[in-house]
Amino acid sequence: MEIINAKNVCKSFGTHTALKKVSLNVPEGSIYGLLGPNGAGKTTLIRIINQILAPDSGEIFFKGKKLSFDDISRIGYLPEERGLYKKMKVGDQAIYLARLKGLSRHDALLKIKYWFEKFEMLEWWNKKVEELSKGMQQKVQFITTILHEPELLIFDEPFSGFDPINANTLKNEILELKSKGSTIIFSTHNMGSVEELCDYITLINKSQCILEGQVDEIRSRYKSGTFEVQYDGNSEDLKNALNASFELQQIKPNHKSQVATIKMAGNSGNNELLNLLIPKLHIIAYREVLPGMNEVFISVVENSIKKSNEQE
Amino acid sequence: MKFSFQLSKIQLKKAMNKNKILIIIQREYLTRIQKKSFLIMSILGPFLFAAMIILPVWFTTIEDKEIKIIAVADSSHSFIGKIPETPTLKFSYLESANIKEIKTNFQNKGYWGILYISHVIAVAPNAVELISYSQPNLSMKLHIENALNKELEHQKLMSHNIPKIDEILRSVKTNISIHTIKLEEGGKSKESFTELAMVVGYVGGFLIYLFIFLFGTQVMRGVIEEKTNRIVEVIVSSVKPFELMLGKIFGIAGVGLTQFLIWIVLTLGIVGFAQLSLAPQLSKSPTEKVLAQDIMKVQKSAPQVQSPIMDDKAAKMEDIFKAIKTINFGVIIGMFIFYFLGGYLLYASLFAAIGSAADNDTDTQQFMLPVTIPLILAIYVMISTINNPESQLSFWFSIIPFTSPVVMMVRIPFGVPYWEVFLSAALLVATFIGTTWMAGKIYRTGILMYGKKITYGELWKWINYKS
Repeated sequence: MEIINAKNVCKSFGTHTALKKVSLNVPEGSIYGLLGPNGAGKTTLIRIINQILAPDSGEIFFKGKKLSFDDISRIGYLPEERGLYKKMKVGDQAIYLARLKGLSRHDALLKIKYWFEKFEMLEWWNKKVEELSKGMQQKVQFITTILHEPELLIFDEPFSGFDPINANTLKNEILELKSKGSTIIFSTHNMGSVEELCDYITLINKSQCILEGQVDEIRSRYKSGTFEVQYDGNSEDLKNALNASFELQQIKPNHKSQVATIKMAGNSGNNELLNLLIPKLHIIAYREVLPGMNEVFISVVENSIKKSNEQE
Repeated sequence: MKFSFQLSKIQLKKAMNKNKILIIIQREYLTRIQKKSFLIMSILGPFLFAAMIILPVWFTTIEDKEIKIIAVADSSHSFIGKIPETPTLKFSYLESANIKEIKTNFQNKGYWGILYISHVIAVAPNAVELISYSQPNLSMKLHIENALNKELEHQKLMSHNIPKIDEILRSVKTNISIHTIKLEEGGKSKESFTELAMVVGYVGGFLIYLFIFLFGTQVMRGVIEEKTNRIVEVIVSSVKPFELMLGKIFGIAGVGLTQFLIWIVLTLGIVGFAQLSLAPQLSKSPTEKVLAQDIMKVQKSAPQVQSPIMDDKAAKMEDIFKAIKTINFGVIIGMFIFYFLGGYLLYASLFAAIGSAADNDTDTQQFMLPVTIPLILAIYVMISTINNPESQLSFWFSIIPFTSPVVMMVRIPFGVPYWEVFLSAALLVATFIGTTWMAGKIYRTGILMYGKKITYGELWKWINYKS
C-alpha cells in the first residue's frame, strides 16, 4: 500500500515552472529520498504534500484517499529553514506546536515529557529558546516534529546544519521511526545518507521527475560491470592471467594483500573471471562494485541536461 | 442517519479549526501581556495621558508667578489709572518729565517694558507702542488693547454729553452665555454642551488613531518575527496561513483592549489624585471641564471624598454634571470599541500583509506609506471636524472606511443621524472583510518568500494566484 501518490502534479509561480507533471509513489513503511540539485522543485513538492501550497493541477492521495486538511495531524514536517520563537520557553513552545497539530494539552504534556526525558532535555523546560545552542534547538525542532506520532514524516534537508554527532542521532531516530511503522520522506544532497537510509528515491531535476525506484535496483541498473578482487599473491601473475575481455583499472595494496579493480567488457561473466584467477592467486574477497548514488545522481542529471540541450 | 453523521463530522471539523485559531490567539495574547514592555506601557501610558491634560494647566501656573511692571508713558493723559491690573501685571504711570530718560534705563528701574500712548490716540488707533526686551505674550497684549479700547470708547461716549450716560451704560451691560439645546427626534430636547462634546470626540478619535497604529504595527512586527525566525513554515504545516493571520490579529486586538482598560482605570486614578493637589489652579483653566468630568466620576464612586473646590464652585459643577449627563457614555464606549475593532481589523490585516512581504523592518518602508497616509489624513480631518462636525468634509470622511473610525468617533458625541452611523459601520465591516481577504492572499505567499525585493506588481500577482 502506498501512503502518498502524487499524480501529474504541476505548479508554477508566475512564469517560473516549479513542478512539471511530477508523479511519485511512496510505499508505506519505507524511507523515501527526494533528490535533486538546488532549485529543482523538491521543496515545492514537499510543501504541496504538506498542503502549504496547492498544486495548479494534478492530485495527491494519502493512503488512497484524496489528501485533505484533516490529514495534517497525520503528517509531521521539518522544513529546511526551520526555527522557533526565540523568546518563548522551550516547554511552552513544544506544547503550543503539539496543540496546533491537534493534541490536547494533557496528551501533549505526556508525550513531550517522554521525549524530553529520552533526549535528556528536561532541564531546558523553562529556558528560552535563544538561550539554547543551535544543536539543542535542532533537537527541540525534531521532537516537536515527531511528537504527535504521525504516520508520515517529511524532512526537508534534515542533515544540513547538523554536526556529525547530531546527524548520527538523527539517522538512528529515522531508522527507529521506520521500525515503528512510520513512513519517512526526506530530501537531501547527502548521497551517503541516501545509500544508508533510503529504500526508494525520486530524482527531480528542472521541475521534472527523471528517475524513480528502489535504491538497490537503481544502483544495479547503473552498474558498469566493475569488480573488486582482494587477493594474496603477485600482481604480475594477475596481469598475465587476464585476457582481452577484462580491463585492469587499478591495484591498491591493502594490508598484506592487494585489491584490484577490474572492468568486464561485453557479456563475460563472474565465473570466467574467477576461472582465470583462481589457478594463479589466493583470492580473499570478490565483489561487484555498484555505483554510488553520487555517481548515479551526477550521470543522470548530466544526461538529462544533454538531452534537453539536444532537443533545443 | 447517514446524513446526520456527516453533518456532525463537518461541525467537528469546523470546531477543530476554530480551536486552532483559539490556541493561536491565546499564545499571541499571553506572550504579549507577559512582556515587560507591556507592563511599562500600561503604567507609563496613563501618566502620558494625564500629563497631556495636567501639564498645560501646570504651565500656566508657573508662568503666572512672575510679576511684571509696565511703565506707562501716556502723552494723551487720558488713561492714567485706567488700565486694570491683574495679579501678575502691574502698571506704573510716569510723570511726563521722566519719559525721555526712562527709555534707556527702564530695565534698571525694575520695569518689564514701557507702554507709549501718543496724544493722537483718539484719531490714530495705532499710536500705541509697547517696548520691551522680551516678547510680550498674547494675553498681555490682548489685556492692554482691551483696556485701552474700552476706556477710549467710554471717553468718546462721554464726549457726546448724554445725560445719565453712566446709568444707561450700566443698565445695558450684559453677559451672554449661550445654552445650546439639541432637538432629538420625537421632539425631546436636551441641553447640549459643545465644549464637552469636543473634548470627548477629540480624545476618542485620537485614541483610535493611536491604537490602530500601535497595535497594527505590532501585528506587522509579529509577522516579520515569525518569518525571520523561520518558524512560520512549521506552523502553516499545522494550520492554514489565513488562520494564523487571523489568530495573530485577534490576539493582538485583545492585548489592545486590555491595555485600553488598564489605561482608562489608571488615568482616572491619576487625574483624580492630581485634581486634589492642583485644585485651585484648575478651576481657572480651560481644561477644567475635562478634569471636572473626571473628578465627577471619582466623586460618584467615592462620595465621601469632598474636594475643596466643590463648595465655591458648586454651581459650575452642577452645570458640568448636567453636561456629562447629556453624553451617553454607554453609546460612546460601545462605539469606541466598535470603531477601534473595525479600524484595527482593517489596518491590521494590511499591516500583516506588509509584514509578510518583508524580510525585516526596513523593507516595510515602501509599503507603509500608502497605509499611513489615510490615517494621517484622518487626523487632519479630525481637527476640522471638532470645529465643524456637520460639514461635507466631516461627513464624507466619516463614511469612507479608511478614515471613518477616527472621524466618526469625533462626530458621535455631537450626535450623528442613525443612517450615517449604520452606513459608515456597514462600509467599515465590508471593507475589513475585503482587506482581510486580500491580505490573506498576500500573506499566504509572502511568508514563504525570502530574499526577494518585492514590488507592487509582485503583490498584485500574489493576490491573483489560485488558492
